[in-house]
Amino acid sequence: MSTAMDIVQLSRLQFALTALYHFLFVPLTLGLSILLGIMESVYVMTGKEVWRQVTKFWGVLFAINFAMGVATGITMEFQFGMNWAYYSHYVGDIFGAPLAIEGLMAFFLEATFVGLFFFGWDRMPKLAHLCVTWLVAIGSNLSALWILVANGWMLHPVGAHFNPETMRMEVTDFGAIIFNIVAQEKFVHTVSAGYVTGAVFVAALSAIYLLRGKHVEMARRSMTVAVSFGLASALSVVVLGDASGYTATENQKMKIAAIEAMWKTEPAPASFTVFGLPNQAERRTDYALRVPWVLGLITTHSIDETVPGIEELVRSGEDHIWSGLLAYSALEKLRSNPSDADARRVLDQYTGDLGYALLLKKIRPDIENATDADIKKAAWGTVPNVPLLFWAFRIMVGCGFFFILLFAAAFYLNAIGRLLSARWLLWTMVFALPLPWVAAELGWIVAEMGRQPWVVEGILPTFIAVSSVSASNVIITLVGFIGFYSALLLVDIFLMIKAVRLGPNEIAPVPQAEALPSTGAAE
Amino acid sequence: MLDYESLRVIWWLLLGALLIGFAVMDGFDLGAAILLPFIARTDNERRIVLNTVGPVWEGNQVWLILGAGAIFAAWPTLYAIAFSGFYLAMFLALAALILRPVSFKFRSDVDDPRWRAFWDYAFFASGAVPALIFGVAVGNALRGVPFRLDDALRMTYEGGLPGLLNPFALLCGLVSCAMLIMHGAVYLALKAGEPVAARAGAWGRGAALALLVLFIICGIYAAMGVEGYTITSKLAHDGPSNPLLKTVTRAPGALLSNYKAYPWMLAAPVSVFVGAALTSFLLRGGRRAGLAWITSAVAVAGVIATAGFSAFPFLLPSSIEPNASLTVWDSSSSQKTLLIMLIATIVFLPVVLIYTSFVYRVLRGRVTSAYVEKNSPELY
Repeated sequence: MSTAMDIVQLSRLQFALTALYHFLFVPLTLGLSILLGIMESVYVMTGKEVWRQVTKFWGVLFAINFAMGVATGITMEFQFGMNWAYYSHYVGDIFGAPLAIEGLMAFFLEATFVGLFFFGWDRMPKLAHLCVTWLVAIGSNLSALWILVANGWMLHPVGAHFNPETMRMEVTDFGAIIFNIVAQEKFVHTVSAGYVTGAVFVAALSAIYLLRGKHVEMARRSMTVAVSFGLASALSVVVLGDASGYTATENQKMKIAAIEAMWKTEPAPASFTVFGLPNQAERRTDYALRVPWVLGLITTHSIDETVPGIEELVRSGEDHIWSGLLAYSALEKLRSNPSDADARRVLDQYTGDLGYALLLKKIRPDIENATDADIKKAAWGTVPNVPLLFWAFRIMVGCGFFFILLFAAAFYLNAIGRLLSARWLLWTMVFALPLPWVAAELGWIVAEMGRQPWVVEGILPTFIAVSSVSASNVIITLVGFIGFYSALLLVDIFLMIKAVRLGPNEIAPVPQAEALPSTGAAE
Repeated sequence: MLDYESLRVIWWLLLGALLIGFAVMDGFDLGAAILLPFIARTDNERRIVLNTVGPVWEGNQVWLILGAGAIFAAWPTLYAIAFSGFYLAMFLALAALILRPVSFKFRSDVDDPRWRAFWDYAFFASGAVPALIFGVAVGNALRGVPFRLDDALRMTYEGGLPGLLNPFALLCGLVSCAMLIMHGAVYLALKAGEPVAARAGAWGRGAALALLVLFIICGIYAAMGVEGYTITSKLAHDGPSNPLLKTVTRAPGALLSNYKAYPWMLAAPVSVFVGAALTSFLLRGGRRAGLAWITSAVAVAGVIATAGFSAFPFLLPSSIEPNASLTVWDSSSSQKTLLIMLIATIVFLPVVLIYTSFVYRVLRGRVTSAYVEKNSPELY
């Protein structure tokens, strides 16, 4: 099975699987943590015990999910060093800092207070516990911010330069890295997607209770919170998704062209392809159904700017490779003679394209001797997998609009008091349960597959970034992760189902009036 | 602005501080996990152990995540070489660390003795495997590991998991286990109800003495049988982070040479002797567990500081291409990144320490058998 797969493909497969797996838990943690904060706020404001039960019940499901998120998150942090050692060396000066700050500022907060959230109910005043819950929510959201600052830099590497003495990228402007527009927009888009996931999760499970007429008091209240929160979040995912399409035209033109399967540049404003069968080998899209103007309007917010097509971008890629070769040969000269001022000047001039020259290493090791044909081939290698991006994007967006419709309908029916009798809508919610995960995972596939062949856009090709470990070692860990993770997922789902079956009365019984806060540990 | 040399020294000290933070804070969780099958027999006793660490282990584990993140940010070359070089060992440690949260969450959710026994062993492994592997990794870092760097600073590693299991590294692994068992036992003696606390006191005394003996053997071994490294060329302390600009030779006894040059460094091994001896003494009769926790933490810090001082200025020497060894002076991040990370640490670490102590204060008191029974459905 693996003889045909080299170390690059194995490492990519491992990263993709562990990241997608980790991201099964993250969005739910993001969304549920905020929902718990809202529910407990209502408890503190109204003083009604049922809201405390609501919070504790969803808290149990949060706990199961949180543990899995923590467990699979460590893998992500270790994996950069294990499988992507050259990446870690080459951009660690920039990429490591947001990860470390994430631990320091966000994850510590979240993880330290999560224990108090579960075990502190009877040990502190109501208001103090509410603060703890919100600190967990703030911690998990800040955590997403720093991770996406790191990830945003891979998509749009600002504030850094190449240092020939250390053979790596180094920070020039940390502010630019933090306020990277791609990172900011990804953050808002990703956390909103997490909120939708939390809302759909609570709504779908509440719908099951309501359809069966069980735990109606708790489910009704949970449903109200979920549909209001869900509607706001679903709207913001789509609105803020539009913003990330907009910046993509500035920084990631190739990704947009691939998502649209737009082979040739069209006269402005470009049309949007609703349906079609992109054919990467022939470089055309069959059976395309196009809506005029829409793409141009969404991506450039104007009617007269053009959106470049794949062929045009490949041609400009060839130019980048030519200048990259100048930078590369200057770097070689500089390494044999560090005081060569001419070489230093040439390197400084073309340093931004150095990464493009590295693309040629996939075609021939002696890249100084690259031919026109080699360069054309390397330039065409900058086109990501078009059919995959085309479809992943459309399914994700379809899910996004579906959530708006679903929550808008539920919100309206809830407002006029007819939601509980609208069994068709409750059933729709139950069946919508997997969709936020489908959308979220496809969102990652669009973002990260759309970045290929780069691990850091324009700076470092993916195939160079791997560790020099043996393929058999990567296969061992890959098989290990798949087996291990699959087993854990089964147990996780089993425990979730068990908790839902038991229901709130078993899991978080409402204390009798006389038995109120008295537990506390024996001294 | 701080100069590059000072920043490098500060980050070398901070790396040590973060690793000590991990060993002191998460170390007792790992130690308690190792002790679980031995000092808790009934289901109720086992739940006492689980619930003494239950509310705090998540925050404690962030010390590990922060430690790895800080290595990535401040010593990226070390991060790249250590994590990919110790590949399968890292995977085993990861697998164990993944098992830990799930054994907590899953164990008591199902009331079946076989299910619970399975997760108890998983929990044991989740403590024992990382404790051993981290110690073995440090031992190998002191001896040097077989890696090469080409002129683009791409690393190749010429060894595998079996190569890591040499006698000196295994001895370091045992030191690490003894130290964490001691620390976990002291924590249980402080926080668990009876009869677990009394048994933990006895284990803690034994582990402290074992640590003392193993640590001395390790020192003698390091002096007699392990070659250290010395830099034989000029190496600017504020030069570029490129490990290929110096020459290094292996030298017998070099692991102890820092103690001759800087006698104050002897404070580290001395605090291991004093800390472990006092811990063992204070645990007699089981009355002074709070103080014992502090002396135990001092011993733990001493062990890690000893490893760092012995190696200085080396972080990770190469046994097959000594010139490519990583040192404090040539494998850090850029000056700018070190400064930014220092500011972030100065701002946030005190805040972390403040709220962590607040959480421990709220959770004060022993986890007793009665408490576990009373709150059964909500506990681990």
